[in-house]
Amino acid sequence: MRHLLGIEGLRRSDIEALLDRAEAHLHGSPDASHVLRGKVVANLFFEDSTRTRTSFEMAAHALGAEVLNWTMAGSSVSKGETLLDTARNIEATGPVALIIRHRSSGAPHLVARHVRCAVINAGDGTHEHPSQALLDAFTLRRRWGKLDGRTVLIIGDVLHSRVARSNLHCLTALGAKVVLCGPPTLLPPGLEALGARVTSRLDEVLPEADAVMCLRVQSERQSESFFPSAREFSRLFGLNAARAERLKPEALVLHPGPMNRGVEIAPAVADGPHSVILDQVAHGVAVRRAVLEVVCR
Amino acid sequence: MKPTTVLLRRGRVIDPRHGVDGVRDVLVRDGRVAEVSEAPLEAPPDAQVVDAQGRWVLPGFIDLHVHLREPGEEGKETVLTGSRSAVAGGFTAVVAMPNTKPVNDSVLVTEYVKAKAREAGLCRVYLAGAITKGLQGEEMAEMGALVAAGCVCITDDGRPVMNAGLMRRALQYATQFDLPVMVHEEDLTLSGKGVMHEGPTSTRLGLIGIPPSAEVAMVARDLVLLEETRGRLHVAHVSCEGSVRLIREAKRRGLRVTAEATPHHFTLEDEAVGDYDTHARMNPPLRTRHDVLAVREALADGTIDAIATDHAPHGVLEKQVEFDKAWNGVVGLETALGLTLAAVREGALSLTRAVALLSDGPAKAFGLPGGHLAVGAPADITVVEPDVEWTVDATRFFSRSRNTPFHGRRLTGRVAQTWVGGRLVFENGQTKESRS
Ligand SMILES: [Zn+2]
Repeated sequence: MRHLLGIEGLRRSDIEALLDRAEAHLHGSPDASHVLRGKVVANLFFEDSTRTRTSFEMAAHALGAEVLNWTMAGSSVSKGETLLDTARNIEATGPVALIIRHRSSGAPHLVARHVRCAVINAGDGTHEHPSQALLDAFTLRRRWGKLDGRTVLIIGDVLHSRVARSNLHCLTALGAKVVLCGPPTLLPPGLEALGARVTSRLDEVLPEADAVMCLRVQSERQSESFFPSAREFSRLFGLNAARAERLKPEALVLHPGPMNRGVEIAPAVADGPHSVILDQVAHGVAVRRAVLEVVCR
Repeated sequence: MKPTTVLLRRGRVIDPRHGVDGVRDVLVRDGRVAEVSEAPLEAPPDAQVVDAQGRWVLPGFIDLHVHLREPGEEGKETVLTGSRSAVAGGFTAVVAMPNTKPVNDSVLVTEYVKAKAREAGLCRVYLAGAITKGLQGEEMAEMGALVAAGCVCITDDGRPVMNAGLMRRALQYATQFDLPVMVHEEDLTLSGKGVMHEGPTSTRLGLIGIPPSAEVAMVARDLVLLEETRGRLHVAHVSCEGSVRLIREAKRRGLRVTAEATPHHFTLEDEAVGDYDTHARMNPPLRTRHDVLAVREALADGTIDAIATDHAPHGVLEKQVEFDKAWNGVVGLETALGLTLAAVREGALSLTRAVALLSDGPAKAFGLPGGHLAVGAPADITVVEPDVEWTVDATRFFSRSRNTPFHGRRLTGRVAQTWVGGRLVFENGQTKESRS
């Protein structure tokens, strides 16, 4: 694998190999600190995400790499330099990989066509967030052994969610069934063709779920009239305590963070017995080590 | 320039306006068609004789919709480079859109472009004036002055006239000049920040979609206004089935509506965006297979009057960027014939109909001279080698820009010669500029 631009198009065996490596890293693979010794990895974050950036940084350090952090606020980008100019200039400093977070869908694909080093997509617009999907799958696999035949329910703003797209590709590739649920205005056309079941009736599908993933709801979607109010969203699609009662006893609850407590998820559920949200964060570093190892090889 | 006499011998003449399709000799004298004869003609002593055997002799193509970028963005295209691109594609006349910098909302800009076109001396360049000052959609431009300066239609192309009251008055006001009002149909509240067709592909790529209703709703609005005002409406770059259906029905009821479609809209689907290929970013966006077939059917049955390219040159700066930051548009003059003939070979429309859509249809839609080969018509003629296969190579375009999604595509049928007013302006891959 030369780049990690998305989950779409990866084979099941590619994904499983990455998860297997992540498992080894989680147990502290002894040879790992040599893998990228003397190499440089560049973080290009055109959009703030302390959580993802730090996670990649920790992963790179654990493999022995140096990390260059390029934050784009106030940099040459705001002075009109193009994305490609920026990427080529940073590539000239000699990194083995560019880790790119960008608000435009496809930005890492554009860069990957014009640089020689590896490109890792750390979230592009409303397209994909592959390392997040891998850590979600990793979290589920550690609980279940395998995902085949399991049902994962993803709730909320699917239209604008790169997490939802990457998870849809990843979970179906691993044999799980995916149900996408949200207001009709946030369910774009063609999701069925990608292998999902689509519904706006949360209470009907909730009891079938082996895992529930709540997506972050952005407040600006309310002002864009995708839904009338946070309160109404919460009433129709929030994972509150009453709904958590109706989950299967063993069902898992995930959230990619950061959470709007009390909107898409109730505090008691986020911190409750179903929640594996903190596991997700812990698994992020192991998964990203595996990703760096594979693309920088 | 001294008048020339030309005899085009034994070509297959296709003149849809007069129902001609057969081997003819065409004699050109003083810039006009002097004789079209089934029997071989004796060449007059002063005549230049062209052997057109095995070739098609067609009325010169007319493109109702091109962007020449001059004044203001000469790095993308000029009247000269755009004219070269036109005659290389077999176009003997083009209509230049007013969204230049400054906008063609005044006689000054109209006269400037006309002067540049005379200087280039290749194809005929007609001007479209703006509907509103600065294309701002607020105040009507001086339509009477634009018409007097030679504008053949008015349009705010690139933008819709969102204000329905203003649109209604523009249609009404234009009736005194019998002027077609060309409309870019897009309800901006429906297209929003969309960058491609809304469908499974936009969902998969995480790109904001533009629903067909953004176009269809505006077509519906303008047809309602047309019916009240009894003006002339020309719908630019029709992209979807819903628009086709409304226009067909309006024509049936006798409204004076004409329409055009682009080769990219009747050839490509939204999937052409592929891996965020900005060359497939255009407005209106590429739509579905269903829409492509509906547009083809409308080309065949007369609902759509003209093939227009919406030739929209852009540089690398506008295209080698993130998809949502890229500019809309593709260059089209040099690929139009090949793509049209591909649709003919696929059985979408007859050859005669295709020729009509490139010549007679656009001429009639805007009331322009040419578009046919009757005796006395301007000798605007496109000679085609129908069986030559070639590969689109954007680096060799006469246009100053290279933004095409068709680079590398195999096409059949190529322009051999282009004649404007009896003068040879393009032959064998070379433009013929007259330097006086
Ligand atoms: Zn246009």
